[in-house]
Amino acid sequence: MISSSSNISSRSTSEGLLSWTVRLLALMAGGLLLLVVLFLFREAWPALQHIGVARFFSDPGWYPTEDAYRLTPMIWGTVWATAGSILLASPLGILSALFCHFYAPPLLGRWYRRMVELLAGIPSVVFGFWGLVVLVPLIGRWHPPGPSLLAGILILTLMIIPTIMLVAHASMAQVPVAYIHSATALGFSRWSMIWHVILPTTKVGLFTGILLGLARALGETMAVLMVCGNVVRTPSHLFDPIRTLTANIALEMAYALGQHRAALFVSGLLLLGLAMLCVGMAEGLRYRNAYVATK
Amino acid sequence: MLRQSRHVQEYGPTAIIWAAATMVVVPFFWLMGDLLWNGWNHLSLSFLFSAPQNAGREGGIGPILMSTLLVVGVCMGVAVPIGLGTALFLSEYTRQDHALGRLIRASLDVLAGVPSIVFGLFGNALFCQALGLGFSILSGGLTLACMVLPILIRTVEESFRAISRDQRLSAAALGLSTPTTIRTILLPAAIPGLLVGGILGLGRAIAETAALIFTSGYVDRMPESLMDSGRTLAVHIYDLAMNVAGGNPNAYATALVLVGLLLIINLSSSWITTRWTSFNQLPA
Repeated sequence: MISSSSNISSRSTSEGLLSWTVRLLALMAGGLLLLVVLFLFREAWPALQHIGVARFFSDPGWYPTEDAYRLTPMIWGTVWATAGSILLASPLGILSALFCHFYAPPLLGRWYRRMVELLAGIPSVVFGFWGLVVLVPLIGRWHPPGPSLLAGILILTLMIIPTIMLVAHASMAQVPVAYIHSATALGFSRWSMIWHVILPTTKVGLFTGILLGLARALGETMAVLMVCGNVVRTPSHLFDPIRTLTANIALEMAYALGQHRAALFVSGLLLLGLAMLCVGMAEGLRYRNAYVATK
Repeated sequence: MLRQSRHVQEYGPTAIIWAAATMVVVPFFWLMGDLLWNGWNHLSLSFLFSAPQNAGREGGIGPILMSTLLVVGVCMGVAVPIGLGTALFLSEYTRQDHALGRLIRASLDVLAGVPSIVFGLFGNALFCQALGLGFSILSGGLTLACMVLPILIRTVEESFRAISRDQRLSAAALGLSTPTTIRTILLPAAIPGLLVGGILGLGRAIAETAALIFTSGYVDRMPESLMDSGRTLAVHIYDLAMNVAGGNPNAYATALVLVGLLLIINLSSSWITTRWTSFNQLPA
């Protein structure tokens, strides 16, 4: 009894130490998001206070050295590039997930998925470089100048297809085999099974994938920076050069001072908010979906 | 008759799906083929180890490889202990539905979706300016550590959760304390998961550019300490392609090195995963 009590006390010190260390580390990791938000606010505060939110939309243009901070051309650049890539990548990603699951011979399907995983791992700067030396000259020959909204959309599409496809693939793999067997027993053809059984059951998963792709496209910097031309102007058609919010930060952060720097942090805050919205919605959907599946 | 028409109805969707799948494959092979075709000739041992000359148009990537190694080293050196601790907390010290655990998990999920350029802004404000580290390898590595934490923690936590309850119950029945259980039973069993998590984080860190251009900077000399500015492989590609006329041949070769490294990382993580699963499925 006595020996075991000393044993227990010595155990409890080491146990306490570990449990407090672990707790501390977890709080650090969990608090990181808060720290990011706080620091962005701190740096953006001068601009929010002295320039005010309204002037980011009403100033004559983006001339930080002359105290004009209109962000709308960059916001439109981001909106159009993101919207275009989602419009192209969503069908391609979902169709290629269907290909992988229901159309490809098993071996080909496996290889296809491996390939998409590799595509997901290619760094954005390599996509940007390839876009710059291959895609932009091609577009330039078709319709000068070349660096354009279209180039941005195409590169972003290529980059978010893996996200959408892999999430869609994972949710298709979760469809109960009984559904597929029942559909086959009822004499459904392959496509009507997909249309009437697979797509309705995986709806939430497909949407989650699209939201995650959206978040990635919104925040992508290097690739759009390298292929879009970076002219501060609201685009009027596909072949106009554009500058996105992210590219604006990357281009000007190195020399920005004072209010200019604070204005860049405001656009960072805007990006952070948009990304949080997308991920929050995606996680909410996933949580609901998991709940339904276990019920 | 019915059968016949049904088959005809199948042709359209089948053709569209094969076409979509092909449209995804073609750019992939185009990109990889282009890199190999234009980069392979420039690749040599001397390219890997010599210093860049004439703004990178000539010479190699020796100092850049070194800077990459240091930035990634700092990143993993900081992220792995914090990640391991957090994962232990989430899997061993809280129930899965515990409020604090859920809050931490949710915050990490959101963090995983934060654009890398925003991490760059944060790193610049916190490490370069508030902590006075300046444009340095240390600032860059710390920024990347914040960025890879979510994926690291998630993978490691899952590998702890995959260990069967029986092992924990047996340990408790033997009177082992929690630290002893973690050290002698849980950590050894979770090692493959830890490796995979670390490797995934490593891949993220090596591929990153946007978070580094204004935290670790552009300098392409051989770094002498962690407080020096250093240019990573990804930043080197960006700089050669955008700011150096005639830098494309070396940019191709550097891109090939980067993609090759990532390919090795990706393959080794999936190799570990398959080995691990087949090992776990052996009859007891």
